[in-house]
Amino acid sequence: MVSSRTYFLLLIALLVLCFGLAANLEPQFQSMRLSRASGDVFKILLGDSRALFANHFYVKADEYYHSGYYPTIFDNRDAFETPHMAEDTGAVNSKNHGPEEGFLGPPRDWIDAFGRHFFPDRHTHLDEGGPTDDLSGSENLREILPWLKLSADLDPDNVQTFTVTAYWLRVRMHKVAEADAFLHEGLRHNPDSYDILFELGRLYDEDYHDTDRARNVWKQAVRKWLALTPEMQKENKLVFEQITTHLGKLESDAGNYGRAVEWFRAAQKISLTPGDLQKRINELKKKMAAQPSPANSQPH
Amino acid sequence: MKTIFALAGVTLKELYRRKDFYVLFIITILICLVMASVNIFNDEKIIRYLKEISLLLIWISALVIAITTTARQIPAERENRTLLPLLAKPLTRTQLVLGKFFGCWFACGLTLVCFYIFFGALAESREHQLPLLNYFQAAALHWFMLGIVVAISLLGSLVFAAPSSNSTICFVFVAAILTVGRHIGQVALTLPEPSRSIAYSIYYAIPHLELFDVRDLIIHDWPLIAWKYFGLAVLYALAYISAFLVAACLVFRRKAVN
Repeated sequence: MVSSRTYFLLLIALLVLCFGLAANLEPQFQSMRLSRASGDVFKILLGDSRALFANHFYVKADEYYHSGYYPTIFDNRDAFETPHMAEDTGAVNSKNHGPEEGFLGPPRDWIDAFGRHFFPDRHTHLDEGGPTDDLSGSENLREILPWLKLSADLDPDNVQTFTVTAYWLRVRMHKVAEADAFLHEGLRHNPDSYDILFELGRLYDEDYHDTDRARNVWKQAVRKWLALTPEMQKENKLVFEQITTHLGKLESDAGNYGRAVEWFRAAQKISLTPGDLQKRINELKKKMAAQPSPANSQPH
Repeated sequence: MKTIFALAGVTLKELYRRKDFYVLFIITILICLVMASVNIFNDEKIIRYLKEISLLLIWISALVIAITTTARQIPAERENRTLLPLLAKPLTRTQLVLGKFFGCWFACGLTLVCFYIFFGALAESREHQLPLLNYFQAAALHWFMLGIVVAISLLGSLVFAAPSSNSTICFVFVAAILTVGRHIGQVALTLPEPSRSIAYSIYYAIPHLELFDVRDLIIHDWPLIAWKYFGLAVLYALAYISAFLVAACLVFRRKAVN
């Protein structure tokens, strides 16, 4: 007769075997392509088509920003080439032209004229009160967030989703911690993104009032931008201008006028409005001249 | 009229004996509750995405119930050999068609009441407001739209051989109108003749079901639709319902029932 001790030892031996097998197989399973262990359900289900769906939901967020008033593929989309919710953050190059109000045009027939009473037919933005034009109701801007989050989950390589979401979270919803966490998530997926670093710097500067961290992050953003090819730099001039202008303002506020002048000069090289920047440089030079000691150093 | 409503009552009872509605209703509730439990940036007031998903499910469920229930009415009577005894009673073929129509339409109305009560409760739980008139307009327009769909489906059940083919054709037809119906006139402008005339003919002939789809107004809290236009939309629906029912009666009158 087999004793209970034998069963017990056999059980322990089996458990050790299970543990050993699991420890051996788990790393192999993790490294397998499309492994479920990676936890990315969208990647498993949709593969590379995720980007298409992500773009759809990004546009959906802009549709919500307009409270449903949005052109279909049959309408004139010239004024909606760049989503307005991104354009209104001020950090995106706009490709929009033409009237935003009248993409529907005049009614073509009685069915068209009658039908316009049954869907949103007026251009509004949620941050300006939406359909009620009640500015106190601009908190409804939160309604774009689910689609932006879904879009970011589907396509974490799209930097703009992170920056736009973080901007609205921070500026209108006053959810700074959530914006911070979301930007860091974006940065994990896109470690070379100067756009995310710029937005992160704005968060540190404007919300946490932590100028040292803002300066460091923006300098890092400048380094990332300078590492781009000349063609890419040409396409992304706006963000560089914004980073350097913000750095200039930060240094100016800190009393480092020499560094501020250098940053404004860097911005001036690619700016569409170099005259305005020159005025600021002149003002700073006057302040420098009025200072008793030459304490200003050059930027690193 | 009494005979028609008696027949409608029987059709209505059939709906709550069948499980279609319960299954769709429970699935809708479950999906909405799961979606409501998603944490989005720790903001519990976000509601519009939930309203959109909920209304989409309500529209799909209502269409499924309307088309599948109607499509099998007369073929089932024929298969079960109850059609002839039914017509042997003092019941004309027109009364049978009207009875079946009203039964299916009222059944759709009943399901819509349940769905919209759930929708209202869901929206109220987060918005803390209940725009009853807006919901009434949306539900009423939805119901009249389903009236047209039921009439089409009833006509289809007399024209097509089997309920399955009828249901499929009805689904495709309704989905096509809802998605591109509004734009056919716009597309027609870009076409050469004779395609333009054909496209325009289709545009003016089809029932514009998309007129009754006011989900965007409900989701984004737009103001009420002017009652004048609401009334005109109801008249528009009644005109199409009448047209399809007359066509169904004419087809059924000439159809062999054995």
